[in-house]
Amino acid sequence: MNVLPIFILLPLGAGFIMLLSHRLGKRLPDFIANAAVFFLVLMAFSLYFFRTPGTVMIYKTGCLPVNIGVNLVLDGLSHLLLLTVNLVAFLITFYSVQYMEKYTKAEKYFSLLLLMIAGMNGVVLTGDLVSLFIFMELAAVSGCALVAFGTESEELEAAFKYLVMGSVASIFILFAFIMIYGLTGTTNMADVSQNLPGNAGHARILITLLLLMGFGTKSAIIPFHAWLPDAHPAAPAPISAMLSGVLIKALGIYALVRIFFNVLGMTPQLSNIFTTLGVISILAGVIMALGQWDFKRLLAYHSISQIGYVMLGLGLATPLGILGGLFHLFNHAIFKPLLFLAAGSVEYSTGTRQLKELGGLRRKMPVTANMSLAASLAISGIPPFNGFWSKLFIIIACIQAGKLWLAFAAVIGSILTLSSFMKIQKYVFFKELPARLHNVGESPWMMLSSMSVLALLCFVIGLFFPVVVSFLINPAVISVAGGISYGRLVLGGY
Amino acid sequence: MVEYLLCVVLLMIGVYCVAVKKNLIKIIIGLVIMEYAVNLFIVVVGYRMGGMDPIADPLTSAVYVDPLAQAFALAMIAVGLATTVTMAAIAMRLYDRYGTFDITKIRKLKG
Repeated sequence: MNVLPIFILLPLGAGFIMLLSHRLGKRLPDFIANAAVFFLVLMAFSLYFFRTPGTVMIYKTGCLPVNIGVNLVLDGLSHLLLLTVNLVAFLITFYSVQYMEKYTKAEKYFSLLLLMIAGMNGVVLTGDLVSLFIFMELAAVSGCALVAFGTESEELEAAFKYLVMGSVASIFILFAFIMIYGLTGTTNMADVSQNLPGNAGHARILITLLLLMGFGTKSAIIPFHAWLPDAHPAAPAPISAMLSGVLIKALGIYALVRIFFNVLGMTPQLSNIFTTLGVISILAGVIMALGQWDFKRLLAYHSISQIGYVMLGLGLATPLGILGGLFHLFNHAIFKPLLFLAAGSVEYSTGTRQLKELGGLRRKMPVTANMSLAASLAISGIPPFNGFWSKLFIIIACIQAGKLWLAFAAVIGSILTLSSFMKIQKYVFFKELPARLHNVGESPWMMLSSMSVLALLCFVIGLFFPVVVSFLINPAVISVAGGISYGRLVLGGY
Repeated sequence: MVEYLLCVVLLMIGVYCVAVKKNLIKIIIGLVIMEYAVNLFIVVVGYRMGGMDPIADPLTSAVYVDPLAQAFALAMIAVGLATTVTMAAIAMRLYDRYGTFDITKIRKLKG
């Protein structure tokens, strides 16, 4: 019995049942959401023991042969993203239970969150271009509705901007997919990678440009980043964590890597484009972050910068570079949600996120302060936290590839990251306490425990990084570095 | 060839509308035009010269247009509907807040 469809059907079904059953009990939506996502984490993790490395797990719809039907495909890369998405989603759902008590209509919030999880699981599992598009729109539209969840002026404005830019990007992506369909007569990724005609020069260039624009906007690399610094801070904190932590990776980076490496095939020119965009994102993102005085907005600019590291590592297209990029993607999905949750915890207790109005919270909120310190050290690449190792891999890979200026830019970006997180620590948690904040208290226990788990993961992954790399990251590297042999692997799987 | 170019022209009209217009509703209409351009492109890609409607008939061996492309177009219309409805809902709430659809007056965010 094949379990892959459960990753999509369970959150969809739970989201639907929640809207029907919330009248039966006030706590029922929280319980259903947490139980469903917890089950998904357990399944995603236990699948590591059922899938032999180097093979793919395929779910065929109906009785169609594997090169015609719409399949769900689980290979190393999908598995890494699947585990990341569900793990972060579970911790965020757990955090949301008490955070969302400030808002009304919690059942609608959880329902939309589960829809978003279903969309992201669909994106990372599907083996078909058009269903990738549909799942992408599912995740993007429900994400946008969640950004607007508070219905304040800024939130609505940010959500509108996000939705307009996201939809333009989606339309470009769809246009490119249909061009691929016109060239090959199929939308099955494995079949496309085997059948793309070699002489499709001009069409190929157009497809590449459209896909770079589209997925570049989804993953917010620099020339296409304008929506992210508005949309991510405007959302409720758990949703900011979800958007920054996993949505831009599942919809942007994963789809980019899957299509350019495994379906269209990587070329040296494309590799140069990736590394250049990556370096521009690293530097411009962190420089823009330095000037911000809004806690969450500062973190949002750092997402751009850290996605730049992932792009840089992947763009090198050497095994070590891909390893660094994917490891950084995984690490970023651990520490960036933690930072957003800490910002949410500060906002929950004090009611503001302007750095100049905060200060001295280390004595009042010791747990939040320590968690945010751990995440700040991880994101700035201080050993032994996890961010250090992945940045080190990327920098070594740059030097190995003979691109010293890329390595130099990555180091500069890391130093600037450290300085901007010192600013956060100083203005929020050290300094003296303003009179207005004398009777704030620590956040509730569910928020704290989910932050603690993430901080513990930052530390444990940093200490035991060889285990994590060989167990989680290496299978993904093999399936990315395999290039278009992905198609043979999938088609030969049955 | 010219029909593909016309699809691209229609797409560009939509992009122009989204990029230049200052009214929320006109931006939404621009996006709808882009969606229509892509749907038209899907159907044109699936068209076969002199093709019949794709209902299998074992007695004739005529040329059929591609049914898969038409199914895609239907799915994309549904996806486009979801996007448009969400956008229209947000535009209505924005109108409640600001009393205008003019984006030059809706400016609380900087970036």
